[in-house]
Amino acid sequence: MEHRITLPLTREKAAKLSSGDTVLLTGVIYTARDAAHKRIIEMLDRGEALPFDVEDAVIYYVGPTPAKPGQALGSAGPTTSYRMDAYAPRLLDLGLRGMIGKGQRGVEVVEAMKRNGSVYFGAIGGAGALLGSQVKKAEVIAFADLGAEAVHRLEVENFPLSVVIDSKGANLYASGRQAYLDSLK
Amino acid sequence: MRIFNATELTDVVSRLCIEANRSLTGDVRNCIETCRQCEPWPIAQGVLDRIIENYNLADQNQMPICQDTGVACVFVEIGREVYIEGDLEAAVNAGVKKGYDEGYLRKSVVGDPLQRKNTGDNTPAMLYIDFVPGDKVTVTVAPKGFGSENMSQLRMLRPSDGVEGVVDFVLSVVEQAGPNPCPPIVVGIGLGGTFDKAALLAKKALLRPLDTAHPDPFYAELEARLLKEINALGIGPQGFGGQTTALSVAIEHLPTHIAGLPCAVNLNCHVARHATEVL
Repeated sequence: MEHRITLPLTREKAAKLSSGDTVLLTGVIYTARDAAHKRIIEMLDRGEALPFDVEDAVIYYVGPTPAKPGQALGSAGPTTSYRMDAYAPRLLDLGLRGMIGKGQRGVEVVEAMKRNGSVYFGAIGGAGALLGSQVKKAEVIAFADLGAEAVHRLEVENFPLSVVIDSKGANLYASGRQAYLDSLK
Repeated sequence: MRIFNATELTDVVSRLCIEANRSLTGDVRNCIETCRQCEPWPIAQGVLDRIIENYNLADQNQMPICQDTGVACVFVEIGREVYIEGDLEAAVNAGVKKGYDEGYLRKSVVGDPLQRKNTGDNTPAMLYIDFVPGDKVTVTVAPKGFGSENMSQLRMLRPSDGVEGVVDFVLSVVEQAGPNPCPPIVVGIGLGGTFDKAALLAKKALLRPLDTAHPDPFYAELEARLLKEINALGIGPQGFGGQTTALSVAIEHLPTHIAGLPCAVNLNCHVARHATEVL
């Protein structure tokens, strides 16, 4: 099933998405990967306000290439998500509704997603040029010293995603592979 | 003796960093297009179409295919009749700095593995030097992304493990990697040598053109068998299921100790980048 979703991603909208569905996402998302996640958690530990409102937000695990003149952003495909597993449950419990990345997630992340009605989206890994060109506007809003790892606010239009793990915990990596193998029998 | 000024390498390395990150070599493109034609699974066909569309867009807009423009692995083959004048390593690093800056490539290197401060210019390169016959200098830049590098493994197998032990280990590495290294992947395998040499062989195996099998029929057959067994796993492009889990398997090997069978498996993503110039 294909959905067109406009952000923010409320719990109600997220509940309608099932593993294997395709989504075209429009609105504002935030980038954060390894170093930014570490800092975000440190800010939470110190009781500080975060650079963006996590409630109903979607975080994109990406470190883009610099924009060439005339571009909003350079190439911007997903990075492997498991490295953010240590940090994700805490953000999910604060209302983070979506994560965009690639690759498997740990059990604690999936449990936190189910608890909070959140969704894990997959973008095509390695398709950086294609995904970067769907970004209409980009600005660094925190941790500029981290370069590509800084937190960017991105305005995206029809950003192409697959629902990999839905809010009930169904996983496309498991079901897609099984369906293909079953088709060979 | 041919005298070669090391500073000449700077512009060459810079150019190769940019070229490798924007355009794939013909063998990689042909291989993925062939796999697309052979892929029976609809969702996998869709993913491969997007991957090909992305290659075209990067080419057309002269931008990086993937945002992980990697650590710059630079292989320099120096002819024995060449005398290099000056600091080769400094010239290569100057080329990486220039290429990553002028090519709008991502700077993805931290200066220390634990303290993790970005060096800001993607240096240092991972530099590999070999001496070969002749009077030429051959430079290859292979930007290596870490989604796939992180899924690579090395095991010191026992001689009694033999071919079956190697096959089992390679399959287990691909299985554990699953969707993480951006399949369809290229699988580089290093057999023999020592702990460190096996890893280097695996990395060098990733440089072989995807349409070229090992010259020794024994190893060519093993490569073909491994490719078939990997593609029977069903992981598929991006891990969403399908036939095309790997594009190619390449094995490199060296003599080894009577007690050992080192086996390194270095994975590469479908953006299997490298660019070469002969000087």
